[in-house]
Amino acid sequence: MSAHGGGAAAAAPEVEVAPPRLDLVRRFVQGDLAELRVVLVLAVIWIIFYIQEDRFLSSVNLTNLVLQATAVGLVAVGVVLVLLLGEIDLSVGAVSGLCAAIMAVLAEKEGLSPYLAIAAAVACGAAIGLFQGSVWTRFGIPSFVVTLAGLLAWPGAQLEVLGETGTVNITDTKITGLVSTFYSDTVGWIFAFLAIGAFAAFNLLGRQRRLRQGLSAPPLGQLVIRIVLVAVAMLVAIWILNDDRGLPLAVLILGGFVLLFFYITTKTTFGRHIYAVGGNAEAARRAGINITRVRIIVFMIASTMAAIGGIMAASRLLAVNQSSGAGDFLLLAIAAPVIAGTSLFGGRGSVWHALLGALVIQSISNGMDLLGLESSVKFIVTGAVLLAAVVVDAIARRQRQAAGRV
Amino acid sequence: MNGNTPVLALKGVSKRFGPVQALTDVDFDIHNGEVVALVGDNGAGKSTMVKTIAGIHTADEGQILFEGREVKISHPTDATNLGIATVYQDLALCDNLDVVENLYLGREEVGGNGLGSVVRPLDETTMEKRTHELLSRLAVTIVDVRAEVGTMSGGQRQQVAIARSLLGEPKMVMLDEPTAALGVRQTAMVLGLIKRLREEGHAVLVISHNLADVFEVADRIFVLRLGRKAGDFAVGEASQEEVVAAITGAEFGHIEDEPGGNQ
Repeated sequence: MSAHGGGAAAAAPEVEVAPPRLDLVRRFVQGDLAELRVVLVLAVIWIIFYIQEDRFLSSVNLTNLVLQATAVGLVAVGVVLVLLLGEIDLSVGAVSGLCAAIMAVLAEKEGLSPYLAIAAAVACGAAIGLFQGSVWTRFGIPSFVVTLAGLLAWPGAQLEVLGETGTVNITDTKITGLVSTFYSDTVGWIFAFLAIGAFAAFNLLGRQRRLRQGLSAPPLGQLVIRIVLVAVAMLVAIWILNDDRGLPLAVLILGGFVLLFFYITTKTTFGRHIYAVGGNAEAARRAGINITRVRIIVFMIASTMAAIGGIMAASRLLAVNQSSGAGDFLLLAIAAPVIAGTSLFGGRGSVWHALLGALVIQSISNGMDLLGLESSVKFIVTGAVLLAAVVVDAIARRQRQAAGRV
Repeated sequence: MNGNTPVLALKGVSKRFGPVQALTDVDFDIHNGEVVALVGDNGAGKSTMVKTIAGIHTADEGQILFEGREVKISHPTDATNLGIATVYQDLALCDNLDVVENLYLGREEVGGNGLGSVVRPLDETTMEKRTHELLSRLAVTIVDVRAEVGTMSGGQRQQVAIARSLLGEPKMVMLDEPTAALGVRQTAMVLGLIKRLREEGHAVLVISHNLADVFEVADRIFVLRLGRKAGDFAVGEASQEEVVAAITGAEFGHIEDEPGGNQ
């Protein structure tokens, strides 16, 4: 093709082919392809642990890993939205512990129906978010300080709720079933094919709609590659899960919330406004957006997701005690999306980062447990990974600014 | 200009900030399809005048007439509802959003029906299509309307901000220093866009420090000095020296008389 033809005609395509490849590298460095980066990191982590200990990639361990990641992942979904605003919520760990305690006491001590107990815990989470968000926006105190107060205060409330015994065991099968329910192989495969079909339909129909309107659309080949990749990932995941106990309900819950908030953040006006407030709050305000409302709702979502994560953690542990939601839970939930590429500076990120980041963090923790490492080592390694992720974020930001972007 | 009612007229408008008299007894008018440059030294009251029209400040004295009717503009939404759009120097764009998202920020098109903003999906294709239509109408060339605004040049960002102000079909557009900090080619792009607005019949008020730009694009030059009207020149009939003299106050009284009768 390039062997003949006029000079201009031959040169033009060459010029057009070169930039996209450069573009890919540039975007990678500037953090636009954070998802790809984190998948690579995850693969490296898995390979390292697999070389050290081949049980790491067994179906039993991978299933456990996913179950361990659900609580952190759910809390991290809420954290992503807060980070998108350029804010931080330090109270999510404490709120998860308090709300789990409320659920446990209502269901086990007060004999309330498990559904009502869960609903009450979730409502409590929402109320805490409303309170903290209102204090923050009303008095203009940095959200970091307001939620730091929550970080100190809510564990006290948790002790109060738990009472003198300090630990409430969970025996209700509805609650424990949140994590211990597995679906049969058939259900798993049906689910996989439905999900793949929905993904394919969504992408292809979206492309068609754009073409019908005369807009540019990604080439069909690129879309097909994407669909095939997702399909393979889905099928491998279901195959691994089926090899062990089957598709866990917990995975469906986590996946469902990620999808729900993916829809809200990327396909709705409200989601658009979250990004706008995080990108330039003053511009958003002048565009007529009620930024106080957006901020308060996001903080309510964060606390609500914290409550849901706490409930899942309690269901896995089969108990709620004084240390529920304490320790490194908060930092893991904040670290997860940051590791996966959600910016601490606001306006950039995706709820998928909650899922990917939770998998990365939980893989490290799970792998180190499997190798029998001391918890001292675990803390240091997790901290180092978080620091590395934040440094990468800062570098990406600087690269963007160097390229004239903010 | 041609005997029509002006789109906007100020009559004896004054504005004080505590002891500072920012505007004193200013008379001003602007018509459809007219570009008026608002010039003056720092602290002459240009921003105060624009902000008074935009509803950020409220005039202490005087009248504001919009299409001949007396109006009260006490809030930015009052100005917007009348059909006055303002593009401030900081542009108020979200750098992390793309062109379409910025244009429609705060007035997104949604599909579906009946449900709240948390549920109804955005109608991205409609917004993107209309963005293309608007930009090509304004002869603005932006290759990828899905590129983040933060990646764009100053001239493109200015054009995006101006295009956004036109989405509400305003009658009057005010631009605060649209060519400040732009290179030669980008300045030319923005000036071209301003001429385009005039062709479309908008009244355009441009604050500028750059007299070369002012003489290229404006029909009339309105000079403020120390909060007072210091001159109102038709571009074809005034020299740059006369305008500079009006801005700085040299031969102040002499110059003010001449163009006054011209209007």
